[in-house]
Amino acid sequence: MPLATETMVLNMGPHHPSTHGVLRFILRTDGELIHMCRPDIGYLHRGLEKIAEQVPYAHFMPYTDRLDYLAAMNCNLGYAITIERAAEIEVPPRAEYIRVLVAELNRIISHLISVGTFAMDMGAVTPFTHTLREREWVNDLFEELCGARLTYNYIRFGGVAFDLPEGFLDRLSRFLDYFEPRLEQYNRFISKNKIFKERLVGVAVISPEEALDYRLVGPNLRASGIDWDLRRDEPYSVYGDLAFDVPVGVSEIGELGDCYSRYWIRILEMEQSVRILRQCMEKMPEGPYWNRSKKKLKVEPGEFYVRTEAPRGELGFYLISKGGIKPHRLKIMTGSFSAMSIVEKVGSGLMVADLVALIASLDVVAPEVDR
Amino acid sequence: MSLEDLKEELSKVVDPRNIRSRDYERDGFSVEIEAKAKEVVALAQAAREADCFLESITAADFTEGVQILYQFNSFSSVARTLVRVQLARNESVPTISTIYDAAMWYEREVFDLYGIQFDNHPDLRRILLPEDADFHPLLKDFGKVHAFRSTEEIYGE
Repeated sequence: MPLATETMVLNMGPHHPSTHGVLRFILRTDGELIHMCRPDIGYLHRGLEKIAEQVPYAHFMPYTDRLDYLAAMNCNLGYAITIERAAEIEVPPRAEYIRVLVAELNRIISHLISVGTFAMDMGAVTPFTHTLREREWVNDLFEELCGARLTYNYIRFGGVAFDLPEGFLDRLSRFLDYFEPRLEQYNRFISKNKIFKERLVGVAVISPEEALDYRLVGPNLRASGIDWDLRRDEPYSVYGDLAFDVPVGVSEIGELGDCYSRYWIRILEMEQSVRILRQCMEKMPEGPYWNRSKKKLKVEPGEFYVRTEAPRGELGFYLISKGGIKPHRLKIMTGSFSAMSIVEKVGSGLMVADLVALIASLDVVAPEVDR
Repeated sequence: MSLEDLKEELSKVVDPRNIRSRDYERDGFSVEIEAKAKEVVALAQAAREADCFLESITAADFTEGVQILYQFNSFSSVARTLVRVQLARNESVPTISTIYDAAMWYEREVFDLYGIQFDNHPDLRRILLPEDADFHPLLKDFGKVHAFRSTEEIYGE
């Protein structure tokens, strides 16, 4: 006699510690097994694209901070480069180096949060407090630089808002000297931990074809084995003058494109960011930090698409201008949005606990999904 | 596949006069195609066979109606392709979610924000806004924010 089985509809979220913001998943489960997984997004929709059409170009800069609050500098940078290209604004070399410096520093702390919360979601609470301790140091540095600890609003069209304060580079170098051995420590504590590995290896594998089909970007794409990084392949700002490697997922531990590869890529990227930071400090030129224009900023009619490599992958700004001081349309393309759409496909067939690992490994930030 | 090959592939499905080159360095697109709504599926199929992936589907509201903007890209060459489909008011467009999985959510987003119907889409629901919203916010006739308007502009002289 066949056993009667019944599926159950389970709501995960909107307030769930593992969803990293306000996200909701509707699961149809059979015991621990997920039959259907449907993400429900939009809880943090603030209409940024509509706001962009209503305010002058410069006024939109603080909103880009809120686009991805863990990587505000990178969002500032992407938007600034878009408008600079459209309005043909020159950026002085010192400003370019400061921009890359703060962007990479922001990448480190964004990945620190990602790695820390990942470990916490897997049941290891302590690493999160360790990563937050390091992040606090960088937050202090940023506070010194621009007065804000989370939403910086630091980058301006044609440069940056403030020059580096006295002794900033020394303090940064002290942080890097402290931070590099810490990465080793994380590897000892988490990355090479047997329990952590067994929990993640081979879980929620995303093949390269799937990754392309759903247009994953950034670390998630590279973890699936596709070698593509805008900083190297289409260098913007001064990335062309800096030497760094692009870590790509390999199947040496576990499978290509599983949760562990996505975790490991981020650790490797932090190492590379430290390398970039050291070069920036060495090459930092003297000179003006802001090519400030007294004129009201106007953009000629046209269409521009600029993408930059943010911690969560390609961040694209698609600007349609009809001339004047406001855009006709500003579309923001974020990595988290497409990363969420793949959960629907990969999530079905997983265990409930593995879904948590999948979401954490994709490093989704809810405000970036909903905009 | 080089850019010229891609253009040739795509000119099999659309009128070659509607394909024009753009300056990639300056504005981020190398090819721009003006297409009709009924050509979209064939175009997407051709792009897929030419080893391109779908980067995004978005839209913009102009006085003539909404334009749907498809963007394709490829890692093997510099070939960012913009496909522009001008729709009349209340015109619908066929879905390409059968060809590219990523289109599933992008089309839902365009439907949500612009109210464009995608024919044969398997799951066309609102995505960002609440289910019971009765407006499409990115249409130009939807509410103006007063944040940057002078008081004269809002209340009259």
